Amino acid sequence: MHEPFERVVARHGATVLRVCRSVLRGPDAEDAWSETFLAALRAYPDLPPDANVEAWLVTIARRKAVDVVRRAARSAVPVDELPERVAVDGARDLDLWDAVAALPPKQRHAVAYHHLAGLPYDEIATLLGGTPAAARRAAADGVATLRRTYPTKEEP
Amino acid sequence: MTSLATLHDRLVRSAADEGLLDVAYRTVDSPFGPLLLARTPVGLVRLAFAVQGHDAALQELAEAVSPRVLEAPGALDDVARELDEYFAGRRHAFDVPVDLRLARGFRRAVVEHLSQIGYGHTASYTQVAALTGSPRAVRAVGTACALNPVPVVVPCHRVVRSDGSPGRYAGGDEAKRALLALEARA
Repeated sequence: MHEPFERVVARHGATVLRVCRSVLRGPDAEDAWSETFLAALRAYPDLPPDANVEAWLVTIARRKAVDVVRRAARSAVPVDELPERVAVDGARDLDLWDAVAALPPKQRHAVAYHHLAGLPYDEIATLLGGTPAAARRAAADGVATLRRTYPTKEEP
Repeated sequence: MTSLATLHDRLVRSAADEGLLDVAYRTVDSPFGPLLLARTPVGLVRLAFAVQGHDAALQELAEAVSPRVLEAPGALDDVARELDEYFAGRRHAFDVPVDLRLARGFRRAVVEHLSQIGYGHTASYTQVAALTGSPRAVRAVGTACALNPVPVVVPCHRVVRSDGSPGRYAGGDEAKRALLALEARA
């Protein structure tokens, strides 16, 4: 028995956006969100009624995010010089995305799914392959790395 | 950063473009409280009063029509406008197409005949039973009217008791009296 898709969007829209934003920036994350929900809407009537909707959406979001990254990579124009980093107050969130994006893939996904999307480790294990314990370890390693790489500012 | 509301609007547009918006819905204000309006590509498929439970109506649509149900107010602008005009006494007939798929069998036959009762007129349950060619099915006509999936637009409120009293109504007996009074003023 499926509930109206509108409820699915209402309940999981924010989570999926967090997942997309954990691996992509700005408009790319939003494109991945849109593609995720459009694909989900298409497949929704065939979803087994007892399926875990959130895990299903996160799986689609991960695939769509990879698609968006691949498209961006194909259309990317190499530049001679990297633009200078502009550090301003309020840019800490962007720094965090940078730090998360710099993690090894398994750690990055484990951190994103657990700490940003709120998925339990057994579901993350299903998504990433491996055991729940391995997923927990990857997330813990990722957080340990973030503690070193994410520039924290001392309050005066 | 783009809000979830904006992303939702974008999803509704893409869904419509891709032919995936099987059921579009919105709520509108009315003299009888908020009304739920839902349409398929065929036409208006459901109008529900608040007392009927909007969540239950949406769940029924998900099960009986398609779970591809999205809130898409723009898709029902024409219905909302015609209802406004009707409640203001400026409209006597609805032009929006209706989709009667939620009424099956005899119920469907009854609902299809209701549009023959003109604005400001009434018919008794007995007369409607005769109209549908089943003169003994008076109680079944009452049930069909009570379960009319698109009340107001398909005028089950114009079916009254043989003694002229309004009788029951899915939107509440008071709403039926008010609709009959509205049409009597014209």
